[in-house]
Amino acid sequence: MNWQLMWDSLPTLLSGLPLTVQLVALAEVLGLGVAMGTALMRLSTSRIADAVARAYVFVFRGTPLLVQIFLIYYGLGQFPVIRESVLWVFLREPYWCAVLALMLNTGAYTSEIIRGAILSVPHGQMEAARACGMSRFLMFRRIVAPIAVRQALPAYGNEVILMVKASSLASTITLLEITGLARRLIAQTYAVFEIFILAGAIYLALNFLITRLIRFAEWRLTPYLRARA
Amino acid sequence: MLELLSFGDRGWGDQLLMGAAMTVAVSVSAFLLGLVFGAAGAAAKLGGNLLLAGLAEVYTTVIRGVPELLVIYLLFFGGSGMVMAVARVFGYDGYVEVNAFTIGVVAVGLISGAYSTEVIRGAVQAVPHGQIEAAKACGMGRWLILRRVLVPQTLRFALPGLGNVWQLTLKDTSLISVTALAEIMRMAHVAAGSTREPFLFYATAAVLYLILTSVSTAVFERAERHAMRGVRRA
Amino acid sequence: MKKTVAALAFGAILAIAVSPAAAQDKWSKIRIATEGAYAPWNATAPSGELIGFEVDLARELCRKMNAECQILAQDWDGIIPALQQGKYDVIMAGMSITDERKQVIDFAGPYGSEPTAFATIKGSALAGMTFDLKGVDLATVEPQEQQILDALAKALEGKTVGVQTSTIQANFMERLLPQVRMRTYGTLDEAGIDLVNGRLDAMLGDRSAAQEIVKKEESLTMFGPNFVRGVLGEGVGAGLRQRDQDLKAKLNAAIAEANGDGTIARLSEQWFGYDISVK
Repeated sequence: MNWQLMWDSLPTLLSGLPLTVQLVALAEVLGLGVAMGTALMRLSTSRIADAVARAYVFVFRGTPLLVQIFLIYYGLGQFPVIRESVLWVFLREPYWCAVLALMLNTGAYTSEIIRGAILSVPHGQMEAARACGMSRFLMFRRIVAPIAVRQALPAYGNEVILMVKASSLASTITLLEITGLARRLIAQTYAVFEIFILAGAIYLALNFLITRLIRFAEWRLTPYLRARA
Repeated sequence: MLELLSFGDRGWGDQLLMGAAMTVAVSVSAFLLGLVFGAAGAAAKLGGNLLLAGLAEVYTTVIRGVPELLVIYLLFFGGSGMVMAVARVFGYDGYVEVNAFTIGVVAVGLISGAYSTEVIRGAVQAVPHGQIEAAKACGMGRWLILRRVLVPQTLRFALPGLGNVWQLTLKDTSLISVTALAEIMRMAHVAAGSTREPFLFYATAAVLYLILTSVSTAVFERAERHAMRGVRRA
Repeated sequence: MKKTVAALAFGAILAIAVSPAAAQDKWSKIRIATEGAYAPWNATAPSGELIGFEVDLARELCRKMNAECQILAQDWDGIIPALQQGKYDVIMAGMSITDERKQVIDFAGPYGSEPTAFATIKGSALAGMTFDLKGVDLATVEPQEQQILDALAKALEGKTVGVQTSTIQANFMERLLPQVRMRTYGTLDEAGIDLVNGRLDAMLGDRSAAQEIVKKEESLTMFGPNFVRGVLGEGVGAGLRQRDQDLKAKLNAAIAEANGDGTIARLSEQWFGYDISVK
């Protein structure tokens, strides 16, 4: 193990951290929107909306992210129709292709988490809310959302961790995030172990931090479960 | 354009189909190996030995916190070296070649095992304690309790979770294409590059994966129904 | 880590089912890695078979060495580390002999030589550029050659050039055109796809490999002079581990023989349409 090399490579690898965090954050924020829309479509009474949402979740959960990334980056770019459209402003950039793939991927998984959480809200509580004369929106804001969020949080935390790991695949479409930089460093130094172990450690630290943040959020959201001092 | 997917020497159809067979072979082997790791990991976590529990915790935390791609790369480049180091301990001094298939199975099996550990642990814990006490009261031995009470129920509780782990394992095998093992993704990648028809080949790969995941979902659903056949429904 | 090692003990049991490699001292069996994505040097046929100049040459060389050959595919960006890990004994993958690579591996040969050249989109400003020289020798850059490099630097300002990762072409861009944006790809084919798509303004590669892509894509054309030597190295050779000097001697003898009896020239005509052998 060449410790000096590891130490020297650390700044380079860390310089990829902002891009990794950016990709994950953007994909998560946009993906959450997609997921909510999809979950609502799945829960709606419209058969068509349900079928569309079902198909989207089926395709994106049933195929590897690597295929999705290549399909979006190399596959879509193949068609002149797309290259001549407004979409090309985004799809031209590997950055937005990665965000799009990660967003659609996490959106599919997260929509199922949200759907499960909403379904887990006890029916009696909604009846009670209605009996109190709450409007649909008020009921959603005061009753459904708080319970569902608490219910979804642990699974959602896992999903964020999976996204952090998945963002490493952005390196396959020329992006230089942590893994992309690691591969470039290896091409220069041929020190596979040192660099991949170091990169792994950075991901581990990042994921540890995220796990803590989610735990903290869970703790904040469940004051009633804490033992009274 | 579709003739690119034909069988024989002109098209890539047979290569992709063989790739699918390879994907299934790697996935099944890795999943089974993962079950072994998972059972061992769960036993270590629940066994009460602090050292073993700690090791199992490190295993699941590290594997679940590091990108799969890195785990696969590390094993690909380091697999032979580590096996040789182990072989040396047992007195064998030569060069040991570990082929891409074995490396793929071990790498994905390690990943799969980390997730299986949690599923199996949860399932064991879900078996009501009263049942074990009841078994003891009936005079059953440890082994008999394991065989008659713990394992059958654990399997039933673990089945849905293991179904998810299987899907994860199946999709993770796409990442071992970087080791040049001729599975679906590798063949699609080579074909897309050589023919410059990326959409056609990646879309075909996606369809192949969808078929595999749908079929396996159906199989797991059947298995779950089978496992639930003795359970009273509310 | 310990857990990994323990798990690998299990892997070791699996590995018993796996062949222990041939005795390394005799070289009666040689494993040769190629990329399979760098036509005409090496490529993968729709039948899944590895083909190309280097695949044929490898077979000829093994015949001359009385060795049994196994030719396998390996992605370019891991091709040197995997050689060092002992996954195979020789690399024949259009790899140029450079000082950087010589620090970690050794080479037999060269068995071929091809200049480096740019490709771009037909009708673009770059495609319309004219140059006074057809070739630039980077080992001894003369004033006229420097002018060409300066003109290129100016023309490529604000543009993006695609290269394959960890190649001499990537080094070329980093050393000689550092201000030009460079994007690195796993294979040259992928850079080719992105050039057609318009994500790239130009692509730099081994001339024959770039030309192979240009031939298949109507919208592309080659441009600029051919670059040789200097940062681009001293021809394409067979990479091997530094400690395998006996293998290097055997390979060098076989390459010399193949050069002498016209084998390399013949294969070269067949795959490139001209002679790339090093005289």
